[in-house]
Amino acid sequence: MPDGTGTQFVRIAGLKRYFDVSAPWLVRMIESRPRQIVQAVDGIDIEIAKGETFSLVGESGCGKSTVARLVVGLYPPTDGTIEFDGNDMAGRHSRADMAALRRRMQMIFQDPYASLNPRWRVFDIIAEPIRAFGLSKDKADLQKRVEDLLRQVKLTPADGRKFPHEFSGGQRQRVSIARALASQPEFLVCDEPTSALDVSVQAQILNLMVDLQRRFGLTYLFISHNLAVVYHISTRVGVMYLGRLVEVAPTETLFTRPKHPYTRMLLDTIPDLDMTGRQRAPVAGEVPSPINPPSGCTFHPRCPFANDRCKVERPMPLAIEGGTVACHAIEEGRLPVEERSYAVNS
Amino acid sequence: MTTPSNNPPLLEVKNLRVEFPTRRGTLLAVDDISFDIAPGEVLGMVGESGAGKSLTGNAIIGLLEPPGCIAGGEIRLEGRRIDNLPYEEMRKVRGARIGAIFQDPLTSLNPLYSIGRQLVETIQTHLPLSAAQARTRALDLLKEVGIPGAETRIDHYPHQFSGGMRQRVVIALALCAGPRLIVADEPTTALDVSIQAQIIALLKRLCREHGTAVMLVTHDMGVIAETADRVAVMYAGRIAEVGPVRDVVKHAKHPYTKGLMGSIPSLGVRTERLTQIDGAMPRLTEIPEGCAFNPRCTERGTRCLVERPDLMAAGTSRAACWLHDRGGVGAPLMAQRSGGETVDA
Repeated sequence: MPDGTGTQFVRIAGLKRYFDVSAPWLVRMIESRPRQIVQAVDGIDIEIAKGETFSLVGESGCGKSTVARLVVGLYPPTDGTIEFDGNDMAGRHSRADMAALRRRMQMIFQDPYASLNPRWRVFDIIAEPIRAFGLSKDKADLQKRVEDLLRQVKLTPADGRKFPHEFSGGQRQRVSIARALASQPEFLVCDEPTSALDVSVQAQILNLMVDLQRRFGLTYLFISHNLAVVYHISTRVGVMYLGRLVEVAPTETLFTRPKHPYTRMLLDTIPDLDMTGRQRAPVAGEVPSPINPPSGCTFHPRCPFANDRCKVERPMPLAIEGGTVACHAIEEGRLPVEERSYAVNS
Repeated sequence: MTTPSNNPPLLEVKNLRVEFPTRRGTLLAVDDISFDIAPGEVLGMVGESGAGKSLTGNAIIGLLEPPGCIAGGEIRLEGRRIDNLPYEEMRKVRGARIGAIFQDPLTSLNPLYSIGRQLVETIQTHLPLSAAQARTRALDLLKEVGIPGAETRIDHYPHQFSGGMRQRVVIALALCAGPRLIVADEPTTALDVSIQAQIIALLKRLCREHGTAVMLVTHDMGVIAETADRVAVMYAGRIAEVGPVRDVVKHAKHPYTKGLMGSIPSLGVRTERLTQIDGAMPRLTEIPEGCAFNPRCTERGTRCLVERPDLMAAGTSRAACWLHDRGGVGAPLMAQRSGGETVDA
């Protein structure tokens, strides 16, 4: 991983976000219940270089979507910093400076049915960021920009007059992408952009995203629970578990030489489509509640390699093979690195 | 159709049609499909949203939502016709002979009753057992589906269970009366991958032990590849291809299946671009003449535009594609590429 040389485009350090899910004050007083805090994101560090695709994977409730929302500023962080191209997002900026920064990052949401205003025509949906950031000179310019955007996502200018309900799921996701591209951003945060879509449509959208990245030099933060999709699209991958990053590695390394026991477990659950007869090892246990996460390493109750140290001491990220791993067993050399290969489709 | 064993089929579906009468005309959602399931066999039913796979499942368990109705064909379970049974008769078949597992385990359990009560109710409806015997059976079932601490958990309510545990309860509920066939509609879609593997392993084990046949409806090819013996691929209300799972996954015969398999990102080969099928599945109101897949097909010919292919032998599978007919597809045509998928639906 390239580090600390100032080439990092997005730098996230010690990022935390806690949510207070306590009962109302009076109820707490009467029933003498304690406050309940969800540690959705509990101290993560990520550095993303310009032009790369960094993916976050994990099961539901591991905090990956919260990270996405923190990065674009939809939530303020509880602690930690987010630097975008050298600018601290929490620093003191004038309104105009902030708008200029915000213009350069956009988000694509999971559900193309919920993230488009059903009462707006597609033209207006795509034109909104252009209007909001004052990017067009006049009406004709706006018209031209929107038509170009529609063409870039393989829709037609005539589609601008339609409403979102007239489109299929894949086409709506194209509209979302066109809207995200409207402000000419450099950094796109994609929160499960294809999980609501059928596989053949998913392939269309992923191909489109790769094309656009090459054309505009975009940097992606890609959030997904689908490991095969992540393998296909990313440069580097971060694996999250209960609000923490357990492993970060270049894609090829992560899939062929996984280190953290949780990463290995996740890889074991990928369905075997090549019919190699590899058995999916069903993993015992479920993700614990982030309200009362286990002590020490949060994965220790499910981990076959956990010892007493894992139960009390939180493992810190350790640099290894171009990535980082937060695991005592790896640090102590108790757990050998395992080579994996995947059958190549004939 | 030949089945792996020589037993008579457990379930026979012949020329099934499901229609939705609407103000703007009748929509044919399931268009003349036939298949059968042998005892103990797992048949995967795969397809994209709107292909009609869930409707087929619902038609078999007699739970089509009005105005949807069976407009033709017949469904036979163990040789007995079940598609035209009166409501009360069908209720006795459903649950006793056919079990059902739905996608969302939270909505298929009643939140106001403890799971024990729901199990006991179902058991007593279908089996002549006393309350105490039914409870013992419920407890056994819960242990069998791997619920830890079943003795205490039996009196808990659905909201006290996690998603994976709830789906186990739903499976126990489906197995209550020892059905011969389970229709499982997207049983793992709402679950995380690690839990998904647990549920699939469980379903496989139980079906093997009880000799229960399963019709597994899902859009997830990975689940099918691991679980099913045979798979039927649906497209626009018709079966595009049916065959042993290995042949369909590795050596697809229908161009649609080929495209579908290619569009799934696979591990080991990192390609720059995934294979994509341009366009989208046609709406039910706009199903083209001839082969329903022809506007998106790269191998189509003139014959595909006018004549509808039926399932025909293609190696070990059967595919509905003129490529596998002696007559061929006719004069080759380029796929429509007028702006790719910009053509609405």
